[in-house]
Amino acid sequence: MPLSPDPYNLIISGIGGQGNILLSRLVGRLMFRAGYQVSIGETFGAAQRGGGVFSGVRISSKRLYGPIVPQGAGSMIISLEPLEALRMISGYGNPGVKALVNSEGIHPVAVLSQKADYPDDEAMSAAIHKATDQAWLFNATKIALELDAPIAVNIVMLGGLVATGALPLDADEVADEVKASVPPHLAELNLTAYRRGMEAVAGA
Amino acid sequence: MAAIDKYEPGTSHFLLGNEAIARGALERGVNFVTGYPGTPSSEIVPALAQCTQKGKLHAEWSTNELAAVEGAAAAATAGLLSLSAMKNAGLSLALDFITHLSYTGLGPKGGACLMVVCDDPHGHSSGDETDSRWLARFATAPMVEPMTGQQAVELVKYAFDISQKHSAFVFYRGYTRLSHASNPITMGPLPQDAPKASSDNSVSLNPYLSIDKHQDLLAKMEAIQAEFEDCPFNTYQGPKKPELVVVASGAGHLAAAEALETLGLEERVGLLSLATIWPLPTAWVSGHLKNTSQLLVLEEVDPFMETAVKEALVDNGLGAVAVYGKGSGHIPMTGEMTPDRALTALARIFDMKAPARDEAYERIIQDEVAPLVISRGLSWCAGCPHRASFWALDKAIKADGRDAYVTGEIGCSTLDVFPEGKAQIKLLHSMGSGTGTAAGLGQLGPFGYTQPVVAVCGDSSFFHSSVPRLINAVYNQADMLQIILDNSATAMTGFQPHPGTGVTAESAPAPRLDVAKVCASIGCEVTIADPFEVRATTKVMRELMGKPGVQVLILRRPCELVRMKAAKSHPFRIEIDQEKCKGAECAVCSRDFRCPALYLDPATGKTAFKEQICSGCGVCVAICPFKAISKQEND
Repeated sequence: MPLSPDPYNLIISGIGGQGNILLSRLVGRLMFRAGYQVSIGETFGAAQRGGGVFSGVRISSKRLYGPIVPQGAGSMIISLEPLEALRMISGYGNPGVKALVNSEGIHPVAVLSQKADYPDDEAMSAAIHKATDQAWLFNATKIALELDAPIAVNIVMLGGLVATGALPLDADEVADEVKASVPPHLAELNLTAYRRGMEAVAGA
Repeated sequence: MAAIDKYEPGTSHFLLGNEAIARGALERGVNFVTGYPGTPSSEIVPALAQCTQKGKLHAEWSTNELAAVEGAAAAATAGLLSLSAMKNAGLSLALDFITHLSYTGLGPKGGACLMVVCDDPHGHSSGDETDSRWLARFATAPMVEPMTGQQAVELVKYAFDISQKHSAFVFYRGYTRLSHASNPITMGPLPQDAPKASSDNSVSLNPYLSIDKHQDLLAKMEAIQAEFEDCPFNTYQGPKKPELVVVASGAGHLAAAEALETLGLEERVGLLSLATIWPLPTAWVSGHLKNTSQLLVLEEVDPFMETAVKEALVDNGLGAVAVYGKGSGHIPMTGEMTPDRALTALARIFDMKAPARDEAYERIIQDEVAPLVISRGLSWCAGCPHRASFWALDKAIKADGRDAYVTGEIGCSTLDVFPEGKAQIKLLHSMGSGTGTAAGLGQLGPFGYTQPVVAVCGDSSFFHSSVPRLINAVYNQADMLQIILDNSATAMTGFQPHPGTGVTAESAPAPRLDVAKVCASIGCEVTIADPFEVRATTKVMRELMGKPGVQVLILRRPCELVRMKAAKSHPFRIEIDQEKCKGAECAVCSRDFRCPALYLDPATGKTAFKEQICSGCGVCVAICPFKAISKQEND
């Protein structure tokens, strides 16, 4: 199946500890299995909980691309935190970019230390919509907390991604991959998180 | 993730670059693996430690990089295939041994040794972006560098072949965008045999009679260079008579390919890509460069290839070829090689317009998106003992009133110097350097120096390289307080075990070295405290700052992420009494202590906490000046 655009540059951003690396590898594996060339670029090491982190997942039916996404060349931004979505849009955005965003904000330490103000939800939502071709915002953290599994935000977002239809992902194959990627006793919980994410975006 | 030895030959799996390096080593039959954690190299040793088998493969976290390379080199002299992995900073520590190892070689037993060094262009997770490629020239040793994950696997085997054939260790260079990139990798077969190790007493491997050995080494390098002329991983793609040749290595290769595609220059420009970066295969390179009148070198950080290529051009009578790159200003001297940088340089040379973002869209970004994007500084995790340790240190120094001076080093304690840290450390360079610099300052009394000197180090750094510096301080009778933040892990790089943890890289039990006993045996006065007992810790810090000699204060409390992995539950539930909380008037817990879980709720004007971030450590109870925070034990 041809991709539009090709290479398709997926940016997955969030805060260290939210599981964005696992999410990018899940999507990468699924797209590779569907027959595409995939490169994932990550920076990690000093990014403890609290720091911003992002991965670039570059998918192509033509050839292997390097792991760094060129500036302004994002195809879709998946962000586990809204401020990080804006940061990614400002670097990788373009008139055709799409965004899937967890609307629950996490305050940077600079906000705690009263050196900066965290933007309000409405302003962030308006800016995300204005600077994207299509955007889906929903509170994935709330869903994860309802399941008593704050760590499952990334899987909720994966469900959201499938519901957007932005990538040729088969819902059942994704569910199988989720199941295979987590310890057996957490499989049911993660599948629920996945389904809830799908429903939230499909119903939005 | 499955252990990398579980993948069947012929199947493809998604591997991190560092796992690809490890898989290549397994496929070539590596036996003895050593290393010390350092981003972006840290995943190589653990990937191999998951596959160890007695008598076939050993993998260890060594105490430091020097011990790591010595162990690996020794195993190679006993006929084994060995590999040592570290980051660029660690290689610097190991150089004394390595420069001599070049002279001696690996002896006659048929072993082989790779020194894997991973650089961090842009310093994503490092204090510098030092380019380790120069160390290949410095140490007169061959160096190879892969361009893709799949090539990372194959190049490990090639490098082992070179090492074995020439009895010379080989540098294998990784970099962030290789080590921490994931790609689908096709697996090769794994060998079943293991060689028997023994040492040959008929030869002495030492560098002396060094002039002779240096001459032998230069001859060896010529032989290796001759092999590199035919290396199948050095490639040329493009026309026979190119208008320009791009010379690329490492990250430069894929960046160049993408830029040429974007600009439609593939029929006009050649791409010469090198996996063997030292010594340069000059005949092969010159053979391609004689067909063009200009070239562009694409590489990260220093003009290493550019220098070697310029030398080759002059030596081969091609001095008239125009060279673009770092020297000409087409490529920046700092930071990573990106498709954008390759594109900008090529567009400039060919007088083309580089694609830019739509103007109206750019205005939306500048006017409506960028103003909202505040920075997100690095900080200690919620529940991190370091936040409490530096809080206490700040209080103790203020109470002491003599302008105490704090020296530090590399690890999670380094976050103190970042904008959202406690800004206590004023002198910080390398692993364990807090101790060495404090020992210097602690002897300046006769020069009128009256400030108390306080050094900070982590427990892994303590074993890594603080110990000999502490011995130096005791021997030379410095006056200093050494604070050891003992959180039972090499936390910054991913919680690897070390000699104080009682566990090996293979997750097997090991003797647990006691930091306190080591310090006491050196002759230090040792005190132990819990950083979460904030008041008591502050008091003891103040007392020790005034004492002569080398005082050691061990602040013992496990890394919260390590604790959580084992315990899987939070120790306390936190409650904030909204009546007692003074909110914005006070804000000590959020504004000053800066626990990421605590914030001023604009709706109530009082402190609230984020349940999904709070680790339940309870230290905020001791921080609150109005006793508004209370904790209850979780069931």
